[in-house]
Amino acid sequence: MKQYLNVITAYLIMFTLIILVGVFQSWSLALTILNYCLISAVMTIGANIQWGYAGLINFGIMGYTALGGLAVVLVSVAPVGEAWSVGGLNMMICLGVIIGIVFSIRFTLKKIAKSKKRNYLIAAIIIIGILLLRLISAPAIESIEAVEPAKTGFLGGLGLPVLFSWIAGAFLAGGLAFVVGKVALGLRADYLAIATLLIAEIVVSIIKHEDWLARGVKNVIGLKRPAPYEINLQQSPWFIDLVEKFHSGKLALINSVSEKQEVLNQLVIDASSVYVKLCFTGLFLTVVIILLIVTQKALYSPWGRMMRAIRDNEEAAGAMGKNVVKQHLLIFILGSAIVGIAGAMMVTNDGLFTPGSYRPMRYTFVIWVMVIVGGTGNNFGAILGGFVVWFLWVEAAPIALFFINLFTAHLPETNEIRVHLINSAPYFRFLVIGTALLVIMRFRPQGILPEKIIKN
Amino acid sequence: MDFINAILVLLNYTIIPALTYGSQLALGAIFVTLIYGILRFANFATGDMMSFGTMFAVLLTYYFQSLGINLGIFPTALITIPLATFMMILYMLSIDKFVFEYYRIKKSPPVQLAMVSVGVMFVTQAIIRIIIGPADRTFLDGEKFILKASEFKEMTGLNEGLTIKSTQAITILITMIVVSIMFWFLNRTKTGTSMRAYSDNEDLALLSGIDPKKVVLITWIIAGILATVGGVLYGLDKSYRPFVYFNNMLPIFAAAIVGGIGNPFGAFLGGYVIAFAEIFLTYAYKKFFTYILPEALEPNSMMQILSTDYKFAVSFSILVIVLLFRPSGIFKGKTL
Repeated sequence: MKQYLNVITAYLIMFTLIILVGVFQSWSLALTILNYCLISAVMTIGANIQWGYAGLINFGIMGYTALGGLAVVLVSVAPVGEAWSVGGLNMMICLGVIIGIVFSIRFTLKKIAKSKKRNYLIAAIIIIGILLLRLISAPAIESIEAVEPAKTGFLGGLGLPVLFSWIAGAFLAGGLAFVVGKVALGLRADYLAIATLLIAEIVVSIIKHEDWLARGVKNVIGLKRPAPYEINLQQSPWFIDLVEKFHSGKLALINSVSEKQEVLNQLVIDASSVYVKLCFTGLFLTVVIILLIVTQKALYSPWGRMMRAIRDNEEAAGAMGKNVVKQHLLIFILGSAIVGIAGAMMVTNDGLFTPGSYRPMRYTFVIWVMVIVGGTGNNFGAILGGFVVWFLWVEAAPIALFFINLFTAHLPETNEIRVHLINSAPYFRFLVIGTALLVIMRFRPQGILPEKIIKN
Repeated sequence: MDFINAILVLLNYTIIPALTYGSQLALGAIFVTLIYGILRFANFATGDMMSFGTMFAVLLTYYFQSLGINLGIFPTALITIPLATFMMILYMLSIDKFVFEYYRIKKSPPVQLAMVSVGVMFVTQAIIRIIIGPADRTFLDGEKFILKASEFKEMTGLNEGLTIKSTQAITILITMIVVSIMFWFLNRTKTGTSMRAYSDNEDLALLSGIDPKKVVLITWIIAGILATVGGVLYGLDKSYRPFVYFNNMLPIFAAAIVGGIGNPFGAFLGGYVIAFAEIFLTYAYKKFFTYILPEALEPNSMMQILSTDYKFAVSFSILVIVLLFRPSGIFKGKTL
């Protein structure tokens, strides 16, 4: 028990902070923060597997998050029949061509000995393949994008329940990680960071500009939800009864019937949004707990020991007969798949897919700050990092505003410096996060909750 | 005649813009490569440091304009560069003092320093946005064009005009001056030689009595000059917007690595490789081909290899290919 004391204290402080937000700001906001904290926690678990367990730097978290989000669109949106009929066949042929290119390259690599001729052959296959792809896809893309461009203009998805997309997101992200890992994992640490960062940018720019796939920057809105809709809740009698029971004390104080009805209506509206968010919280919490149990088990299994051995001394682990390359690839795929789940969860939570919002600042660097602040190599630490940093990220602006008002209270309302500072309050979040990272790196480089190695 | 017109189209829309953009990238790439070669870490705060220097140039330009000081046909920003550079160097040195020095003395692995530079990136971004805000700003004044298309057409009687913006000429000229002074310094002076020695082999350099503090100081000074000049030139040519500068870090990294990281001359050429690739691959060649091909063969499509949306993706793909097949860069840099 004693060894977990710091973990328990840290989490208690964190939950107290969120409850304070609920008391002082609103419960709806507190739950929004909590939900995002949980999503961030899933991302940090993924990043922590790669960095904490194996020492791999993945600055491409943004790309995997975006792919997870794409999975939600591809799985849950109803298929657009008209688009499929005008362009579906050609796009399927394109898919076939891509598979053909991959296999013919693999075949060439296997059958022909390493030579200049082979390089030219591969280049020729790729160039011919791309020309073929453009030839087949160009008319199809044009006609798909012409189908009701204001509403659809894309192929749509499979129309399945949205929870499937979380798994699909994991597979999509894992698939990309397999390709990236195959080509980039041989690089030295900081080059891997740059390469993954740039590959993520490529992925996001493809999602942004291929409108036939997921409408690109035109966004997909109104995605399915695994939770009830507020508007339906507000009309269902059982929910109104529940709210009435919950607030019976408060309602009993009001005498006039019409006023009572009005108050009740307001309460129902508030409660419905809280209820929906609670549903999401439950789902997210389930994912976090399952992942936590699995990763904890893995960390203290023989496999986890091997990963740590590889991280701490690659050559020694290699000499002991461990396949370093294969394990690195495996852990790269696993971590990225978890990030993919988080990406799908986030889009499900928001109910909309906005490719334009994927920026490295928010989806790569902030996640990394979470992992480092929380504690690398410690799952509880990584999750805590997700909570703390997300909390800071959201609450930095109000806190900064409070301090600005405090320190400039002696200045008149119209003072230029005061007005300017109040307008720039949102940017203090960068300052807070950056300073937090620098302070932690300097004075507690192992994070708030350091890695713990249990020896038995 | 048609042939000259075709060449003019290419000059106008690809070669001159690519040379300009390439110069801006090259300055940034040399900055990255110097920090990597001498201080031994990938500086993720590159874009924001450039933005920081430019911010001072923008503010000083506004200040000078309010005082009525200007350079006539040249942009006022040019006289603000020395002052902005000075502020930039001060900022870099204080960052080095309070942040990077500790890890350098401890001999931390490069990854840790790269992580620290991410923290610096956040803080720098915050400072910039608190001081100047995230808005788009233009601070170009003076004469906009050296050669206007209409004037050129009148002069020569050709169908196609040649446009040279003053910012393009200034960018190319200043880059050449700054880069040649820097190479002269690195290759011909004693301090420059000691910097190269320090970059090649730190232990041997220390053994032969090179003062590491001085090397680090000079590196930050050169870095400050490159960052500010590169940032201001980019801002003059396009416009100043903090977010764009952060994004520019990515092609700059690509240029530095393509050129062989740690090799300043490679980084210089790498900037142009990236810029030319980006612009050549995303330019629509329709007009060019209508001039050189006989009428029967005239193309009816845009003749564009990639849509301009993929401009950034081009440089990243080049980088990935280079990393895979020649990880030390096109021009031999440090081994990876």
